[in-house]
Amino acid sequence: MAKMFLQSNVLYTITAGMEGWELFRNSLLPMLSGAIQYTIPLTLISFAGGLLLALLTAMMRLAKSRFIQLPAVVYVSAIRGTPLLVQLFIIFYGLPNIGLNIDPFPSAAIAFILNVGAYASEIIRASVLSIPKGQWEAAYTIGMSRGTALRRIILPQSARVSVPPLSNTFISLVKDTSLASLVLVTELFRKAQEIAARTYDFLLLYVEAALIYWVICFLLSLVQTVIERRLDRYVAK
Amino acid sequence: MFLTISGLAKSFGDNKVLKDINLELDKGEVLSIIGPSGSGKTTLLRCFNGLETPDKGRMSFENGLTIDFGEKASKQSIDTMRKKSAMVFQSYNLFPHKTVLENVIEGPVIVQKEKRANAVERAEALLEKVGLKEKKDFYPHQLSGGQQQRVGIARALALKPELMLFDEPTSALDPELIGEVLTVMKDLAKEKWTMIMVTHEIQFAGEISDQIVFMDGGYIVEHGPPQEVLKAPKQERTKQFLQRILNPV
Repeated sequence: MAKMFLQSNVLYTITAGMEGWELFRNSLLPMLSGAIQYTIPLTLISFAGGLLLALLTAMMRLAKSRFIQLPAVVYVSAIRGTPLLVQLFIIFYGLPNIGLNIDPFPSAAIAFILNVGAYASEIIRASVLSIPKGQWEAAYTIGMSRGTALRRIILPQSARVSVPPLSNTFISLVKDTSLASLVLVTELFRKAQEIAARTYDFLLLYVEAALIYWVICFLLSLVQTVIERRLDRYVAK
Repeated sequence: MFLTISGLAKSFGDNKVLKDINLELDKGEVLSIIGPSGSGKTTLLRCFNGLETPDKGRMSFENGLTIDFGEKASKQSIDTMRKKSAMVFQSYNLFPHKTVLENVIEGPVIVQKEKRANAVERAEALLEKVGLKEKKDFYPHQLSGGQQQRVGIARALALKPELMLFDEPTSALDPELIGEVLTVMKDLAKEKWTMIMVTHEIQFAGEISDQIVFMDGGYIVEHGPPQEVLKAPKQERTKQFLQRILNPV
């Protein structure tokens, strides 16, 4: 019995080896188009929107007034304290119950923007706090207001500190966009699922999807290195 | 009088750092504050440009600006006071992401809205004055401590302040680099800049100052021209302090 099972597996592998390569090639195009049409735009839109939201949230958390801090604290706590998948389902499947119907792609974008906004705001806040107090004082003594000091002196320096952790957030985001497949966005992973549903070649197709994610993330980490080098030019080595 | 201070006091929590400080300073005078660490001298200096806000007391400047602290010292009047002075820090606090030239023109261009070309021209002249014109495109980390501090002085001068403040400008420097900074400061004194400095360079303070203030425990213990305070101190605490500084062993 065991021998027979083994044989059938070997047989499967051999046929899969020949037909598998063809399937791999045939499915590459739909998966890449899913990546280019949805995964990458969703990542870029969510990251850009998320960064703006994060900057705003970080500034609110750094404000002196408790009333300004509070909404930011609650927002960050709520987003970090609940699963991304649940947030996504609330927006796409939940909100229609109160008459708010949002299409798959915008639903996913909203969920990811809210997510990046919360996580990145903590990164930005920590990077601002890491700049020595003397930099604020020097900015004040040349006559700058708090806002100008932040914009001209503090944020440019904290940008350098926050690039590595923000790159982490960005790369996580690329991979998290696969969750959008569950709210019907036909992105990379959804394409893989659709093809696998017809051919039953789950292993091959999901490994193929994984490889494409890996390549995208690898290219992004190269971009990170370039940005870090640029920002490092004024730092003593 | 360019500046009159009366009854200035400041606490951090229960810690009374400044108690009843009274001073007068004329235009073109150099005033040096000396004293042991923790005596309140740096806090006093920081009060002059709003980095600290006194709890009590009054500061008045010759052209009519008077601030009564503790009552309703408006943010606006503190801002006006801040714009009269410029600060040179012990740890330089240059902006590391900006070149030497950019450090010097930042205040004039961004805050004072001076035309960039004009500010650059003035900045280059100031850098020449402190002997660093050829370093204008360097970043601070490429300079020695003494050079960084001279850029700090140029950055302060670029604001065209009525009052220059120096907070232990040579304390962070290697001994062989102190001279180049003191030389620049001596030139400023000769040019009749109004200056207040906190320093441990007693001999230097004696050479260029019109007034010496010796502080201890938040009070001004002794105050007068250098030949009196440094050469013939009346107070026992001043004598002890000078003894320890001038003959450490």
